Amino acid sequence: MSVPFYVSPEQIMKDKADFARKGIARGRSVVVVQYAEGIGFVAENPSKALHKISEIYDRIGFAAVGKYNEFENLRVAGIRLADLRGYSYDRTDVTGRSLANAYAQTLGSIFTETAKPYEVEIVVAEVGTEEGTDQIYRLTFDGSVADERGFVAMGGSADAIAGAMSASWQVGQDLGTSIRQAVHALGEHGTEESRTLSADDLEVAVLDRTRPRRTFRRIEGTELADLLVAQ
Amino acid sequence: MSNDLTGAFGLVGSASFAEFLRSSGNTELQPATGTIDAPHGTTIVSMVFDGGVVMAGDRRATMGNVIAQKDVQKVFEADEYSVVGIAGTAGIAVEIVRLFQVELEHYEKIEGTQLSLEGKANRLSTLLRGNLGMAMQGLAVVPLFAGFDPAHDRGRIFSYDVTGGRYEEHDFYAVGSGSTFARGSLKKLFHAEATAEQAQRIVLEALYDAADDDSATSGPDLARRIFPIISVVTANGVLTVDQADIAILAEQMLRERLQRPNGPRAPMEGDAS
Repeated sequence: MSVPFYVSPEQIMKDKADFARKGIARGRSVVVVQYAEGIGFVAENPSKALHKISEIYDRIGFAAVGKYNEFENLRVAGIRLADLRGYSYDRTDVTGRSLANAYAQTLGSIFTETAKPYEVEIVVAEVGTEEGTDQIYRLTFDGSVADERGFVAMGGSADAIAGAMSASWQVGQDLGTSIRQAVHALGEHGTEESRTLSADDLEVAVLDRTRPRRTFRRIEGTELADLLVAQ
Repeated sequence: MSNDLTGAFGLVGSASFAEFLRSSGNTELQPATGTIDAPHGTTIVSMVFDGGVVMAGDRRATMGNVIAQKDVQKVFEADEYSVVGIAGTAGIAVEIVRLFQVELEHYEKIEGTQLSLEGKANRLSTLLRGNLGMAMQGLAVVPLFAGFDPAHDRGRIFSYDVTGGRYEEHDFYAVGSGSTFARGSLKKLFHAEATAEQAQRIVLEALYDAADDDSATSGPDLARRIFPIISVVTANGVLTVDQADIAILAEQMLRERLQRPNGPRAPMEGDAS
């Protein structure tokens, strides 16, 4: 009888993480950015049907990069959890923190217990009543959570995009500035050669704190095209 | 409540919240045995007008001969383009409305698009059918559903029976204990070219006529400033009319009723007046 070849736990985890990172790096990037009146989501996504950005609840939004079927599964599970919680208790009892926790636990157990980890990275953002109470959680394929401020970039060239964002992002900037900043960073650093992204290449949405109840709103068509032109 | 998104949360399923609720073992509406006395909601009226539909409900809940509540809300926003009004056992009706609201929003979020107006009306039918056991014990719920249908570019009204039967109504409809009187009133006052403002006045008159003859329906309460709730649905969405604006309409109606207690007179051919 042959003895199975020994692989150390460190090596298994490293292999899984490398596999997940490679999968995520293949996809186009997403930027989540805070602005004075809310939180903006900008994704490079030419598809109008397969979304990378979604509404989860009244004040909570979701953005993801990586494998579509995997993050779609997480998105639907999050909507179910949020709706079930809001229906069982009250709408105000649904929080971004508890949702981020649920995602962290789920991603963590998938990473350690299954042979193939999820090749996804997600952001759960909750818009507060003012800029100081906004929450942005970034979750990676292994279930680690980071509480972010200002902006987050995910996907293939996340570091380069985040670098470009940190050079120009300021507290209290308006929506147009934030979207143009994110689009510029995605175009400049999203792929090897820099491009200019148009409204057709983008999926944009906001959690707008000035709206009553459901704060999530997509920005599309001429509204997006107008926003992309600097005033 | 657990924080694990595996299990029922991770299953591939439909976009229905009610089905998910059942599969996750959280059945909220349990059949009861025996009979109990519970507050009842009374009259809801609705009529279409040029560009939309309006729905109004009085504010009274009764329990036998007792007025259980003076300022109950019986007309609710179901989603951005539809409203639902409820008559019957108030506790169960409010719960069905709550479930219906989550059902519509849940579908919209998961599918990324709204249900058609017919689809929404059918979902309400299914939720209602789930209450049949309790309806047979006397805890019936009779909703009225109305909304703007972008596919047909007009307002539409749907009525229901306790078994979940769904019927599309034309022009106007009323449900609840005062509905017979309200419908009689609407029959004489309805006209298809009415504006949103005229439609609001017409449903107010119909509710007044219902309260006039049905003890379970309330009229405008001037002392406590409690007026019927009116919602207007157009292509721009649902607008729940401000109570202050309804007060103005109601006071104007009451001034005219001081002259003519039975309300406006429908014109007839060969009229001398």
